[in-house]
Amino acid sequence: MIKPSSCHLGMTLVAAMVLLAVLPDAGFAQSSFWTPQGPVAVEQKAHLIRVTLLTMIAVLPVLVLVPLMLWRYRYRNKKAKYSPEWEYSGFLDMLMWGVPIAIVIALSIQLSLSVRRLDPYRPVSTSDATLRVQVVGLDWKWLFIYPDLGIATMGEMAFPSEVQVGLTLTSDTVMQSFTVSALAGQIYVMPGMETALYLDANGPGRFQGENMQFNGTGFAQQKFDAVAMSDADFEAWVDQVRSTGVPLNVQTYQTLSVRSTQAEARAALGNSNMPQTALFFATIPDGFFAQIVDRYRTGHPVRAHEQPGAPGFDAPVPAPRQGLQE
Amino acid sequence: MTGPHWLFGRLNWQSLPFVQAYQNPSTSELIGAAAAGVAVVGALFAVIILTRFGWWRPLWRDWLTSVDHKRIGIMYIVLALVMMARGVIEGALMRTQQAAGLGGGFLAPDHFAELFSTHGTIMIFFVAMPFVTGFINYIMPLQIGARDMSFPAMNQISLGLTAAGAALIMISLVVGQFSTGGWTAYPPYTGKVFNPGPGPDYWIWSVAIAGIGSTLSGINFAVTIYKERAPGMTLLRMPLFTWTVLCTAIILIFAMPPLTVATLMLALDRYLDFHFFTSDLGGNLMNYANLFWLFGHPEVYLLVLPAYGIFSEVISTYSGKRLYGYNSLVYATMAIAVLSFTVWLHHFFTMGQGANVNIAFGIATMFIAVPTGVKVYDWMATMFRGRIRFSVPIVYSTGFLILFVIGGLTGVILANPSIDYQVHNSVFLVAHFHNVLIPGVLFGLLAGYHYWFPKAFGFRLHEGWGYVSATLWIVGFAVTFFPLYVLGIMGLPRRSVSYQDPSFSPLTLIAVIGAALILCALASLLIQLWVSIRKRHTLAVPLGDPWNGRTLEWATSSPPPDYNFAVIPQVSERDQFAWAKANGTAFEPPKRYVDIQVPRNTSVGMVFLIGGTALGFALVWYMWWLAVLSLVVMLGALIARSFISDPHRTIPAAEIEADCTDWLAQIAQSPAITRDVETTLENRGLAAVETPEESA
Repeated sequence: MIKPSSCHLGMTLVAAMVLLAVLPDAGFAQSSFWTPQGPVAVEQKAHLIRVTLLTMIAVLPVLVLVPLMLWRYRYRNKKAKYSPEWEYSGFLDMLMWGVPIAIVIALSIQLSLSVRRLDPYRPVSTSDATLRVQVVGLDWKWLFIYPDLGIATMGEMAFPSEVQVGLTLTSDTVMQSFTVSALAGQIYVMPGMETALYLDANGPGRFQGENMQFNGTGFAQQKFDAVAMSDADFEAWVDQVRSTGVPLNVQTYQTLSVRSTQAEARAALGNSNMPQTALFFATIPDGFFAQIVDRYRTGHPVRAHEQPGAPGFDAPVPAPRQGLQE
Repeated sequence: MTGPHWLFGRLNWQSLPFVQAYQNPSTSELIGAAAAGVAVVGALFAVIILTRFGWWRPLWRDWLTSVDHKRIGIMYIVLALVMMARGVIEGALMRTQQAAGLGGGFLAPDHFAELFSTHGTIMIFFVAMPFVTGFINYIMPLQIGARDMSFPAMNQISLGLTAAGAALIMISLVVGQFSTGGWTAYPPYTGKVFNPGPGPDYWIWSVAIAGIGSTLSGINFAVTIYKERAPGMTLLRMPLFTWTVLCTAIILIFAMPPLTVATLMLALDRYLDFHFFTSDLGGNLMNYANLFWLFGHPEVYLLVLPAYGIFSEVISTYSGKRLYGYNSLVYATMAIAVLSFTVWLHHFFTMGQGANVNIAFGIATMFIAVPTGVKVYDWMATMFRGRIRFSVPIVYSTGFLILFVIGGLTGVILANPSIDYQVHNSVFLVAHFHNVLIPGVLFGLLAGYHYWFPKAFGFRLHEGWGYVSATLWIVGFAVTFFPLYVLGIMGLPRRSVSYQDPSFSPLTLIAVIGAALILCALASLLIQLWVSIRKRHTLAVPLGDPWNGRTLEWATSSPPPDYNFAVIPQVSERDQFAWAKANGTAFEPPKRYVDIQVPRNTSVGMVFLIGGTALGFALVWYMWWLAVLSLVVMLGALIARSFISDPHRTIPAAEIEADCTDWLAQIAQSPAITRDVETTLENRGLAAVETPEESA
């Protein structure tokens, strides 16, 4: 009769050990906070480990005592004491309520400190300079506008590793969730609204960023590279964007904001001088980000054929590449 | 663009998956057509069986029109099991797709999106909810010594509306597509601008119609507990399962309306161009997120609380011991019910609100771990100095205790906004809620299924297959979902049809092995049922108390008569039946028998089942005439029903006396058995009292 218990327990332990063995080895590349590349992700990982250890104080007794109890008090063990009427102990009750409450209070203090420290709206560093980048979520790609540099990109967001990046985010379609996991966590992007997130990398590197909130058939491909570079490399990169990019204007934006994957958008707008997976825009209209946010606040409806990402938006798109070849 | 057809609305041949598979025979479309085929063939098969064996009349008379809470409870559970078969297969299909998902897989992205949307919707609304509701229906009135629910006909209407919602989801398999917006259906993705097709409408109407049924159930449960308890059963003498039902009923009453409101507001957006949740004209999707989770979070507690109640009964009974810390468990249950309404925001810590808001909801969330932890310790203390029989329900309970605390641990992890920023929307989250819903809710329900099955049908379930199934469930769960924790930390977003990172592959392959084990677990449950029915005469426990039970539901024959108890029991203790057995007063013949009035059959629930299905279908496909017609018919049935002045039938005292005397005579002739032979032929449902002295 004991067999199923020991069997499942064994399996649980084996599974747990397998997972622990796999965890450090897996090719996390640089796309997870488990291999953090910036101060925020470092702190998030540390907090995860802290919370796990503290909570184990309440969990371990269960994992150990349940199998012991089942064995010790099995029906056939007539040597064990049997107290069918025993139903209360003040001391035990105090432990049962007191220990979890104490743990949760300790956890609550940790939680408050860490949430304040890691508030996405708060600059990561007070000393570093901040590079402003405006992010627009589209189906199924991200548009990065560098308002101070007058350029924009898709598929690749570069920044000097010496500075922190101050992101302002919105969506020009449905809700999405932006993250560069190796640097910092997620923040939702929503149409007509702005959210914020600060990114800071410990050094140069290429980190995967992505959308975590399902938004249609191209969802799984909505990834991009966040690239931290040396100052010199970044300047060269900006020059490359300026020299190889197409202008971002009403027509190109219309093509870009149609429901399409990055690869499709690049095929429609890109050229061979841009990187394989990126699209560069050499110029941007003034106040472009604000226009995108404001289009939902005019008091006029945004009809299906005016709504980027909507199926009805596909029809009136001007033929791609028109006016882009010059 | 032409308007909808006057008769068929926007329905046309393209809506049928068979036509789509014929025109575009890809793997994905063929799987869709095959699934639709299975649904159609299954329905036809059921019709043929019913006709072949002449079961239409008994089905109508004894089941579909019955208002007996016990039969309604069983019908709820049958509905849940049928829908669970579909939900589990969909889950396994998704695991297979992700295992093959490096760079592609075999399912088209929208087919995959339909799968995770139906899987979630089905598992929550049409498996977990009816399964729990079914147990409550069957057990709670018996535990409080009542004859039926306070509102038996309303109970039947609740079942009809729930089944109508389930029927709509099954129809969506064959006619049109289901939503691709997940079980949460966040706008504006599910709005008309982004998804003009019938999918989100299927979701809206199946959830809204079933949700009204659940609200009515909640009212019914609460009123029944408040008004129908046997004399002497004070609140603090109620069995713990009934306590959890009371809290669940209260949650149902307060948590279902936000869902109904949210779905109807979304419907207004889609049908009548309102702007509650659109991006323009002042609408805001954040209002939907708040309303939905104002329902969604209490929802998980209204599911898990009755499961806690089942574990309390099971652990106490099979440990041969009083429940430790009854008062603590009651307070903990109420604390959870209250706290469940204060934490909804943790489903969107990443929506951009300020740090202090996140801190408040994060701390509230962690505090739910306190009463939950207390419950776990109380169950362990119940085992302490017990005499534990390692029965199938105890296997499930063990799996629950071990696995659930791991789910609790990851719950505390997720309650920390700064960690949630990272693992939110990843498969870590998927692993977490499956870790609380499968070991928590499902294992509880399956433990209850093995525990109470002999009560409902008069024979035990085959133990051997029970152990096989329980082991497969436990191992299958661990192998499927533990890898997802790691994958989530590695950064795999949930709802990903494919991925480019090869390091995700090994773990998704392990998970698909687990999914196969879960399929085997489900199959062995079905085999067990089949084997048990075949052997029902050797497994019979007609005397009513196969497990040496402690509460009133065991104090009557198995299955119980229509009227439950020949005479309403007088309650003087907690664990009344255990106390009566110890004092030798358990089977005393009543001094006097009187006529009993039980509610008479009605077909009003069937009108709501058919009318609700027709209404939903009509609204999905813009068949306005059918929508109006079905509404009129349902309202008409309700009004007509209110003119029936005497909805009762009387069972004469003589008949009750004959039944009861016969049962007591059988008990007098049968030997009482001790617990070591409870899984053998000797167990006919009469338990010997075992005290420490005797067993020493």
